[in-house]
Amino acid sequence: MHSAITRRSALKTAALATTALIAAPYVRGAHAAGSLAIGFWDHWVPGANEATKTIVNTWAEKEKVQVTMDFIPSQGDKNLITIAAEAQARSGHDVFAFPTWYPHAYSDSLVPLNDIMEPLIKQNGAVNDTVSYLGRADGKWLAVPATIGSQIKGPCSRIDLMKKLAGIDVQALYPAGEKPKADSWTFDAFLKAAEACFKGGSPIGIGLGGTTDSVDTAGAWFNGFDAHLVNAKGDITVKSDPVRQALEFSVKLAKFFPADAPAWDDASNNKWLVSGRGAMIMNPPSAWAVAKRDAPQVAEQCWTHGFPIGPKGRFAPFLPYFWGIWNFSKNIPAAKSLLVELSQQASAEKMVAASGGYDLPSFANFTTFKTWAEEGPPKGTLYHYPNPYNHQTLSVTAAPAPPKIAHQIYTQAIHTKMIVRHLQGETMEKTLAWAESEVEGFMRT
Amino acid sequence: MVDAVISDVRELSAPRRKSGMRRMLQRKSTIAFFMALPLLLLISLLVLYPAFYAVHLATLNKSMQRFVGLSNFTFLFKRETFWMVVRQSCLFALSAVFFKALIGFIVAHFVHNIPAKGQRKWRGMLLIPWVIPPAMSTLAWLWLFDPSYSAFNWILALFGFGPVAWTGDAYWARFSVILINVWYGAPFFLIMYLAALKSVPEQLYEAAAIDGASWWQRIWYVTLPMMRNIIAITVLFSTIVTFANFDIVQVLTAGGPIDKTHVFATWAFRLGIQGGDIPLGASVSLFMFPILAFCAIFILRDIHRRGNEAS
Repeated sequence: MHSAITRRSALKTAALATTALIAAPYVRGAHAAGSLAIGFWDHWVPGANEATKTIVNTWAEKEKVQVTMDFIPSQGDKNLITIAAEAQARSGHDVFAFPTWYPHAYSDSLVPLNDIMEPLIKQNGAVNDTVSYLGRADGKWLAVPATIGSQIKGPCSRIDLMKKLAGIDVQALYPAGEKPKADSWTFDAFLKAAEACFKGGSPIGIGLGGTTDSVDTAGAWFNGFDAHLVNAKGDITVKSDPVRQALEFSVKLAKFFPADAPAWDDASNNKWLVSGRGAMIMNPPSAWAVAKRDAPQVAEQCWTHGFPIGPKGRFAPFLPYFWGIWNFSKNIPAAKSLLVELSQQASAEKMVAASGGYDLPSFANFTTFKTWAEEGPPKGTLYHYPNPYNHQTLSVTAAPAPPKIAHQIYTQAIHTKMIVRHLQGETMEKTLAWAESEVEGFMRT
Repeated sequence: MVDAVISDVRELSAPRRKSGMRRMLQRKSTIAFFMALPLLLLISLLVLYPAFYAVHLATLNKSMQRFVGLSNFTFLFKRETFWMVVRQSCLFALSAVFFKALIGFIVAHFVHNIPAKGQRKWRGMLLIPWVIPPAMSTLAWLWLFDPSYSAFNWILALFGFGPVAWTGDAYWARFSVILINVWYGAPFFLIMYLAALKSVPEQLYEAAAIDGASWWQRIWYVTLPMMRNIIAITVLFSTIVTFANFDIVQVLTAGGPIDKTHVFATWAFRLGIQGGDIPLGASVSLFMFPILAFCAIFILRDIHRRGNEAS
């Protein structure tokens, strides 16, 4: 068959096309500001990703940026594997959602964001010390705190069981729409409540495994005693009195946890609450949200509130996510513009609403959205979730150790392992010696 | 005259070279090489490159900016947890392979003795654990062993026993991960041993029977010697796969409680990916290599020696 395209006609077409391209006036195209690939965390809450998609697509249309969004789950650590692979390949997404410790772990591969973070703080209010500790290194902001995925893991109590078994009215301690009246909510009160619930057949469900929920709660007990395995300077302080006191208290308390607590993962406490077996768990409102769907009679009795106060203060576990920009990104200005958009109040409000109150912005002015006041049943159950009166210090396990050391302490779940070892009969000094030896191993650079 | 001779030689050698090339291309080994080339390239890309890259990573410091030689390995040698992982990996691999081989051997004999008509169904059913992806089947096991809602504990409670902390107690957790590995891997041994059993000439058993050999003597003096090579190969293969196991332990216990079920792969993942210390994670995973290489050389040399003796 004879082809209609000859060499001569092809050359002629190419020449005409080139001339037209050079001679044509500049027209701003649909994607004139380039393209941007974003790796978001894949939300647990069904439909929550849609709010993010809407915000990003609206911004992209306005800014003429072509965006691609991937929602990467944290199940099986798929997001961590992707982060490691992209850092190695120096290729992949432009913007990525980094879990708690990862801005520091990849600090050398991230674009400093002081130029957007400082104006955002002026506009939206300060961020807490934990956000600064995790998101900033040597005066540089490594990433912007993300609304999506950030969470406080405070107590989610069963109103009825706590009243019946422990004689504690959690709604009175933390009334909806009002300041907490929780002076009596102390570590000792918690210990007594745990014992009463255990004896009453509905133990408080706190895990002692190696996953984040267990580690976060253990860290909050330790912080309540000002007990740190490594101090801010990087000195090992395992064999100190506060650590001994914290360990002793934690073991006393752990005796009232379910017997299989050392095997618990992050799903176990949710199941414990939803099944109706426990009087309390330490979790963001995701467990309550599942109960709302699967066990409404349990959800109606749930109340999310603050942590008890320890001898050295009231600390609640806080796990923020961050949005960072890889330094191999080809479109850093557009990436920064997107992060500013995602950090606006309107965006944060949409994300919080879409997640049913689970997501938590880190800026001080964003803790009183109507979602938390209105969500129910029971109405007001999430009112105190975002710590609206700052009556507890938001903290992370293993802080204030230098973040790269703290990351290892956290990942290796040293706090919960110490509790389990001592709980299972190892002497206090042997447990401390073991922990000291482990922590020594984390000092390598 | 000399020039004429040289030109003659050139004229003669050209076609000879050409035919030599053709002969080389027609050689069976050359054809085999070219046919295997795509696979060799694939292996180079997916196995050799990552392996050498892992060696490179293992020689870097934690922030991956400095060459530290073997420091990561010497660091590991000083860690108590590392030696615990070494012990656990050996316990996990050796006990799982032993029981897989034993169960596979016994069940292969049972299946071998089933009449041919019904045998196919049994073979198919017994292979089911092996064809389900272990990450999925372990999830089902996880529900059976669930810390709070174990189906096994429910059954035990009916008889007045339990509850057993299947994944909460170190010893039960080790038992559980080994049990699942045996459940998953025994069918592989079964099918290999069944194939080997079928290839043992019937006359040998007849001769043994005439000599008055007991059941045990027939197994010991006929079956086992005839199956030695296949046993060695399956044990080697299974040892490698079991040593490198990740999914069963990760899904069932994630190395817990208090690190008592970590094996090399899960601990490497914990250090490298979850802990952000990729060089140390790479070093842990590379530690498997000398152990497995030693096993492979030892077993393959034995097979080779017996092969030579037989010929």
